[in-house]
Amino acid sequence: MTTATLPTRRDEAWRYADMDALARLGAGALDVWKEIALAPGEVRRHAMVVGSAAPELHRIRLDIGEGARAELFVTNAGSDYTRVEVEVRLARGAHFEFGGVTIGGAGVTREFVTQVVHAEPEATSNQTIRAVHWAGATGNFLGEIKVARHAQKTDAAQDFKGLLLEAGASANAVPQLEIFADDVKCAHGATVGALDEAARFYMMARGLDPQAAQRLLVQAFIGDAFVALEDEAERETLLDAAVAALEGAKL
Amino acid sequence: MLEITNLHASVGDKPILKGLTLSVPAGEIHAIMGPNGAGKSTLSNVLGGKPGYEVTAGSVTFRGEDLLALDPHERAAKGLFLGFQYPVEIPGVSNVQFLREALNSQRKARGEEPLSGGEFLKLAKEKAGLLKMDMEMLKRQVNVGFSGGEKKRAEMVQMGILDPAFAVLDETDSGLDIDALRIVGAGINAIMRSPDKAVLLITHYQRLLDVVAPDKVSILAGGRIVETGGPELALRLEAEGYDSVMA
Repeated sequence: MTTATLPTRRDEAWRYADMDALARLGAGALDVWKEIALAPGEVRRHAMVVGSAAPELHRIRLDIGEGARAELFVTNAGSDYTRVEVEVRLARGAHFEFGGVTIGGAGVTREFVTQVVHAEPEATSNQTIRAVHWAGATGNFLGEIKVARHAQKTDAAQDFKGLLLEAGASANAVPQLEIFADDVKCAHGATVGALDEAARFYMMARGLDPQAAQRLLVQAFIGDAFVALEDEAERETLLDAAVAALEGAKL
Repeated sequence: MLEITNLHASVGDKPILKGLTLSVPAGEIHAIMGPNGAGKSTLSNVLGGKPGYEVTAGSVTFRGEDLLALDPHERAAKGLFLGFQYPVEIPGVSNVQFLREALNSQRKARGEEPLSGGEFLKLAKEKAGLLKMDMEMLKRQVNVGFSGGEKKRAEMVQMGILDPAFAVLDETDSGLDIDALRIVGAGINAIMRSPDKAVLLITHYQRLLDVVAPDKVSILAGGRIVETGGPELALRLEAEGYDSVMA
């Protein structure tokens, strides 16, 4: 079955989306979900670089069984609209780890939209998102956390930081928490700022040129998103893709 | 080596340096002392090229070149080192990564070959040892979680690794206890006391000058050098205070 119509910006989950790019992509793209189920106790990790010269929509559904652990790490660095959606359902004692970076300029919108459902007790989730943008680009993170009535001892965390290299770029963070259990921990934080000029000057005073100083600072900034990624080669791949996108950025 | 002539500089609309003239030849350690608000930190920031400091008149020549025409990283590559009064914390970047990139950037700008990882670590270990700093500290993030004294020692390790021809040290002694002061002072002597190097040592107190004996001492007040003399000038200041010495 095909979804007949494209969503509109009145729909909360599509509020900051690039509707023109979505129209170019076509309504059919909305029907494509990657469904992944983790058996109890299973551990699975996936690292990916998304984005290209055409719009992309990646929709992923994760059903994480009891005591299982799913880790997803994404560098979102397309040169056209790129949206990654993840819907997660956590069973008892399961864990979901998400690290995401949106990076880029050229007026493009890049976004992560997550919905994490703590359906049973004692599950944990941790999401770390970093957005680095310039040249009128936008980075979005819409993060919904739902804690079911009996999902006691839930521990969910969400951390978003945006770094805007020049005026005109933007970052939107929309945390949305629906908590129906009473013995839970749900932490969320969102900040948006500019590059630390004191740090940049310090680095230049030691001999780093402006590009190198900016690259090191951006690397350090986005590094948080991939700290939990244990495979060094995969981490390098995601960081390299992000740093490569920085070429030509405003200094 | 460094010639400052009639330097005027402002921060925002506020003039701070008002005709500062100073010459520091190679081989000299020159102490700058002065009351709060005299312009000492402004002088070091102008020499380092910090954004926000506007030079409105005068000139600064470093090894025969117009220093003010260079960007901060170009000044560093030419051999200028700025020791920060408040070293900056850089989360997520290790000292080793930062300093290796900094050193190799400088070497590249001078047309020299970069140091390999192994060569760099050997150099870093030697300089850290000079300042009695554990290599483990250099593997940590730049200045993050360092005490005030550790930051100042780390600055001197950086100076040792980068091996500049000229160092401007802005209150490197502030925040140091007596033992750390001796270590830092000995570090300055070991790294910078040389016929082809020079130091501008900005300080409030005689106690650093007990360890790093200056060849010259100048008093900076009201944005100008008002008096220059030998080491005895610092002792007079310590004993009598600025008001009496400058009267």
